[in-house]
Amino acid sequence: MNSRTTHAPIIQMKGIEKHFGSVIALAGVSVDIFPGECHCLLGDNGAGKSTFIKTMSGVHKPTKGEILFEGHEMHFEDPRDAITAGIATVYQDLAMIPLMSVARNFFMGNEPTKKIAGISFFDRKHADRVTMEEMSQMGINLRGPDQAVGTLSGGERQTVAIARAVHFGAKVLILDEPTSALGVRQTANVLATIDKVRKQGIAVVFITHNVRHAMAVGDRFTVLNRGKTLGTAQRGQIEPEELQDLMAGGQELVALEGSLGGTV
Amino acid sequence: MSETTQPKPVADERVKEMSSLRRALIRPELGGICGTIAVFAFFLLFAHDSGMFNSQGVLNWSTVSAQFMIIAVGACLLMIAGEFDLSVGSMIGFAGMMIAIFSVTLGWPVWLAILVAFVLCLAIGALNGVIVVRTGLPSFIVTLATLFILRGFTIYFPQLLENKTIIGGIREQAEGDWLAPFFGGKILTGFFQFLGEHDLIATFERGSRQGEPVVDGIPMLIVWAILLIIFGHVLLTKTKFGNWIFASGGDAQAARYVGVPVNRVKILMFTFTAFCATVFATCQVMEFGSAGADRGLLKEFEAIIAVVIGGALLTGGYGSVLGAALGALIFGVVQQGLFFAGVESSLFRVFLGVILLLAVILNTYIRRIITGER
Repeated sequence: MNSRTTHAPIIQMKGIEKHFGSVIALAGVSVDIFPGECHCLLGDNGAGKSTFIKTMSGVHKPTKGEILFEGHEMHFEDPRDAITAGIATVYQDLAMIPLMSVARNFFMGNEPTKKIAGISFFDRKHADRVTMEEMSQMGINLRGPDQAVGTLSGGERQTVAIARAVHFGAKVLILDEPTSALGVRQTANVLATIDKVRKQGIAVVFITHNVRHAMAVGDRFTVLNRGKTLGTAQRGQIEPEELQDLMAGGQELVALEGSLGGTV
Repeated sequence: MSETTQPKPVADERVKEMSSLRRALIRPELGGICGTIAVFAFFLLFAHDSGMFNSQGVLNWSTVSAQFMIIAVGACLLMIAGEFDLSVGSMIGFAGMMIAIFSVTLGWPVWLAILVAFVLCLAIGALNGVIVVRTGLPSFIVTLATLFILRGFTIYFPQLLENKTIIGGIREQAEGDWLAPFFGGKILTGFFQFLGEHDLIATFERGSRQGEPVVDGIPMLIVWAILLIIFGHVLLTKTKFGNWIFASGGDAQAARYVGVPVNRVKILMFTFTAFCATVFATCQVMEFGSAGADRGLLKEFEAIIAVVIGGALLTGGYGSVLGAALGALIFGVVQQGLFFAGVESSLFRVFLGVILLLAVILNTYIRRIITGER
């Protein structure tokens, strides 16, 4: 068990409910996120994972319940508020602009400037140097800072987006299914990145429906099913099979698993 | 697991090493550079003795190219920001007509007429932008509407006020004005006088201007073109705002998510395009001394063609101001060069089509190498 998780939680989500018209997407979900832990949020499609993290990152406002950030109640009006507070979200497809260089992407919206003759210029040297440093720390070997993001693999793009969020001071990093579209090796790289980020004391919320990916890096596991939590389990207290069952909502998967020889 | 898969930055054997020559060559402007070399080689070969490369000839195609460059810079930045402006041509006609009406019909001083025309046109450009970002409609449609509206007014107003579609007499009106020479004047006249006196360029051999150089200075139109290219290039590649232009056109949602003010960027680029169109119009009006209702016809397409020859991506997020300037140069040199070479002028369109196609194919190939598109 990671000792840092004994500190006070950085985010407390208390009894979060979210209704979209007559649809109840979340029916009272409570989760605590601690600094330096990798908190896996598991659930099948439609379980409410996306709605839950969008509430956390300021995209949706909860219908009921409270969000405490570092002990204070927060009301995020839009994603900018959450980012300013230190909650960064890396979306699977909206992370990077493929036509632009890695350095331009890395500093997009946070461009460093230097003044020459009173005019403010984009400090390319600084941007290039920082980008190269951060990328080599993350294990990505760039041809140069001007290499376009489009030439990177999906896993590398996720890694660049994670490195960017960490560089700009994220305290909580929400990763929305970062491994779902990746190959085996790329997944391993992203999981290694998550591990590195966690060790810097940043809280990672890792959304996935792949139990094996969750077991590889997770400290604690929260399973969502049909808008409710089925509780949070510590690492070592739960078996992958149990998680899988919880995600599927219990018994119906047992029959399926029998016919598939336990490979699901 | 996480301990064992710690990746180290080792060279990836699947990333091909690029030679420095190849890296220097593979840039967005390469298509424009190749096109420029090809076009000049062609005309040096077939029209070298036609006067195309003496002082008047150079001034001739430089001026035409500079016209294209002025509107191409605006169109280029706007296209990289992910939008189009089809109203550029109508804006040229409209701006010129407004200057003529204000100064000749209403009798305002020319400097005031120019300033008010600028304010009016920048406001219309900004309005284009506001409508596009507020409604989310394609800029293609919004500015197509502006194209018709502005052209309509450009024909209606002079007919209403003067009962004609061309208003002249601006040159007389501009006599002694402090602002007019910034658009209609010439610079380096002393230098050209010196060149003429030392027989380095052609001089008039008889008549009232005997001994004076035929080309007596660089028109402000060319100066504006160069200034706008430098401004556009620096803005795009060397400033924070330039990064926002790329980001807005590359993926507006991703850009918004990291805090880029995408709407502001797009509205400002529409305004800048209008500024370029008004500069063009003012230079033209000062040069001709008149404004016509049909001025600027089809200029929006010529601007877009120059930008695309210069390597910009039609859907935004990628391009180069220097490339667009080379595209404009190619356009101008081909248009005037065919005249010098004595080629039937209708063949200009054939040439243009072929160049456009070749440039776009080459640009697409280069872009795929750079950006890894498949």
